[in-house]
Amino acid sequence: MTPRAQAVAARPSQELELPPLGQPSDPAWLSVSRRRAAAWVRANGFPSSKQEDWRYTSIDPVLAVPLVDGTGTTGRRPSLAVLDLLDLLGPRLGAVRLVMVNGHLAPELSQRAALPGGARILRLEDALADNPRQLASLWSWRSGGYPHALRALSDALATDGVLIDLPAGAVVEEPIEVVLLSAPGGAERWSHPRVVVAAGAASRATVIENYLGAPGRPSVTNALTQVMMDDEAQVDHYVMQADSTDGFHFSSLEVRPGRASHFSSRLLAVGARIGRHEVQVALQGEDAEIELSGLFLTGAGQVHDNPVLVDHAAPGCRSRQLYKGVAGGDGRGVFNGHIVVRAGANGTDAQQINKNLLVSDRAEVDTRPRLEIFADDVACAHGAAVGQLDPGAVFYLRSRGISYQQARALLVSGFAREVIDGFADGPIRQYAELLASAQLDRVVLTRQDGAAPAPAGGRASSASAATEGAAR
Amino acid sequence: MSTTRSDLAELAGREYAYGFVSDIATDLAPKGLNEEVIRLISAKKDEPDWLVDWRLRAYRHWRTLSEPTWQNVAYGPIDYDEIIYYAAPKAKVAPGSLEEVDPELRAMFDKLGISLAEQERLSGVAVDAVVDSVSVATTFQARLAEAGVIFSSFSDAVRNHPDLVRAHLGSVVPYKDNFFAALNSAVFTDGSFCYVPAGVHCPMELSTYFRINSAGTGQFERTLIIAEAGAEVSYLEGCTAPMRDDNQLHAAVVELVAMDDARIKYSTVQNWYPGDADGRGGIYNFVTKRGRCAGARSKISWTQVETGSAITWKYPGVVLQGDDSVGEFYSVALSAAHQQADTGTKMIHIGKNTTSTIVSKAISAGHGQNTYRGLVKMLRSAEGARNHTRCDSLLIGPECGAHTFPYVEVKHSSAQVEHEATTSKVSDDQLFYARQRGIGEEEATSMIVNGFCREVFRKLPMEFAVEAQRLLSVSLEGAVG
Repeated sequence: MTPRAQAVAARPSQELELPPLGQPSDPAWLSVSRRRAAAWVRANGFPSSKQEDWRYTSIDPVLAVPLVDGTGTTGRRPSLAVLDLLDLLGPRLGAVRLVMVNGHLAPELSQRAALPGGARILRLEDALADNPRQLASLWSWRSGGYPHALRALSDALATDGVLIDLPAGAVVEEPIEVVLLSAPGGAERWSHPRVVVAAGAASRATVIENYLGAPGRPSVTNALTQVMMDDEAQVDHYVMQADSTDGFHFSSLEVRPGRASHFSSRLLAVGARIGRHEVQVALQGEDAEIELSGLFLTGAGQVHDNPVLVDHAAPGCRSRQLYKGVAGGDGRGVFNGHIVVRAGANGTDAQQINKNLLVSDRAEVDTRPRLEIFADDVACAHGAAVGQLDPGAVFYLRSRGISYQQARALLVSGFAREVIDGFADGPIRQYAELLASAQLDRVVLTRQDGAAPAPAGGRASSASAATEGAAR
Repeated sequence: MSTTRSDLAELAGREYAYGFVSDIATDLAPKGLNEEVIRLISAKKDEPDWLVDWRLRAYRHWRTLSEPTWQNVAYGPIDYDEIIYYAAPKAKVAPGSLEEVDPELRAMFDKLGISLAEQERLSGVAVDAVVDSVSVATTFQARLAEAGVIFSSFSDAVRNHPDLVRAHLGSVVPYKDNFFAALNSAVFTDGSFCYVPAGVHCPMELSTYFRINSAGTGQFERTLIIAEAGAEVSYLEGCTAPMRDDNQLHAAVVELVAMDDARIKYSTVQNWYPGDADGRGGIYNFVTKRGRCAGARSKISWTQVETGSAITWKYPGVVLQGDDSVGEFYSVALSAAHQQADTGTKMIHIGKNTTSTIVSKAISAGHGQNTYRGLVKMLRSAEGARNHTRCDSLLIGPECGAHTFPYVEVKHSSAQVEHEATTSKVSDDQLFYARQRGIGEEEATSMIVNGFCREVFRKLPMEFAVEAQRLLSVSLEGAVG
């Protein structure tokens, strides 16, 4: 690498202007932590595609959105009326619904209900003012430095969010839904919402993060979710990413499962111009089981990046990853999976599967399924595949009177099923199906030429050749 | 487990069987690298002006580069000014036949078990033996010449076929390619050149043995193989190096060009000095190897068995330019003791219906760290391209590591890429099954490891397959259980 290239890559700047760090009411430890995070950003700059983990996602268009609004106002609300905002919210996915608009909790849009077993949902702002110890440890989670500037920015700037506190033994059957809505009209164009789940021993809950965006002025969602689990806790987590395709979506999920705990996270990504959902699971308790899955449906003009790190540091853990992607138009889907098995993590059983479909010739899929293994008593496997729809299958359907477009849509939705089938029965699965099928129409059916293939008269070979031709 | 530990200790104590230093008077260039040294190398080799210019351009470009740091291997800084860039055995009258070759040199080859005389008589393999940068004996020239095949040292090729060299030198690995390729382009001393004319099937397996002999010298080989339309050639490269305490850098460049319907098979058995039990010394094997399937229906196949070197860091790749061209990569890499390997391949699909196959078997033992890093790239023009990749890692002992870093980039919807990888240890069940039938633990493990690598060994030419299996079992002797 030339010295010049390195200079471009780092782009650190002491002059980088940031909004005010946190609230005046912040406890001292938090102010210290925020200043440290801000200093890190100034010293290290934003990631560039020269960095391995950002190879396929250019952050440049994101940086065009100013971090600090020129007007100097700190208006927390968009100028939309409550009713309009309600319109933007999708169907309710759980008994409890917390709505955040542009990174700030909107109590008037939220629906709360009493939770069993002493489980509580707190506004992060309030929890911070109370100065609970668990939040302090969460903020210093990254004391060894940050993976990238966006993560550091969250520590520097996140003020509002949701804390889901599950005491030992609390079992919350109904899903807890957190809606994170980006709506135009607010003064701030970046939002840094944070969701914290603290699951006590043997507690159980389902948490859904539902990201929605209204079209309009580009905004940046820079969300962070931290899940801290005690022994034998069980958390099922969902991320529905349907941000506006005018905006940018960055979210990080950091999980620390306890001994014999069970964690699952399922992602459906359809929105945003650039959507990057990062998952980091640090397996430090023995015999934990985790299951990660994701479906990204990437249409024209979109990039979906999925960095997934599963770090096996304790023996006897089991991890499963299943990520599937469909890219159409000139969309680009990225899977960047990484399994680390540390010395001493014997009995690890780790699997990683990534399958991708390209449905347009301008689309691109990049996949990087990595294994890094320092222990010998392990069973690890990964598989990755990139391919197209089987022309034979398309022909088979067409020969039965199904139109070319329908046949393709049918096959692609069949491909996507495997992930959505893992979603729990009920509103969340229905909503996922709804989002997926709407997006698939966009990804698969909307094509630059839009032309149906040549009339399929004659031999199978010519028809399948025509099919291939039309896919181009 | 206690047996494993004592066996590992035994492995660690294993002496490098090929560690000896031959006392041949050597002609050395002064230490360090500057334009003067490059001119000196060029002058010693009596090179034409265009080549000097090319070397200097490469050197000036190299000056602007800094050493890469992304690799998954660790080593101390290399002082490029401490390296002697040219070492030639003292000029003697050029040997006209094997009998005239320095007897000490021949004895060295005998020790390695590659007696030229025997090879010539029995195996029908032409050997271009490279000792410290200068070819000393080339056999079977006559028979090859009869078929129209040019197989000579690189320096001879520059003298006798300058147009061929000029047309292809740097056409696959340009000097701007990477740090070590630029260094090699500036200072390469010798290597092998092979040209197979259109329609000719090379009548024998070609082979070069590389030796690193003089203390403190780096070796900068350059190999160029050109197969014209319809030509076919199989090239074997085998390496052993004597024991040394200070680390030695080997930065070679290998370029292959295959025109329409041509086939090139390039096989390597690499057994350089891996360093001692504490990880001191050993060869740094930083090599750029690349083939270009320039013509339609051409095929380039890399097979490598890497058991030596302190650090192996290379990615033999294929640029699949011609339609329907085929690239293959078969690799066995063993890292025992403190060895590190970061190796794999690059398959760049440009032409239509190009296919590539990657099979990588990595074995880690002792403190060895083994990384597979591979890139499969389907460009927008690569309609109907296919790739299948399989990487398996076997771990022996609790202190080693096996890593897999594949990169897959697909820009064409009709391209199909499959990648699969597994990591496991020799399972207790397998061992138990074998022992139940009266097979000793060590023998059973050796059988399992050999079975693990069989897919790759089968791709080696016969005489190398035997050597490879022997190398692997010697390297693993007592390491397993």
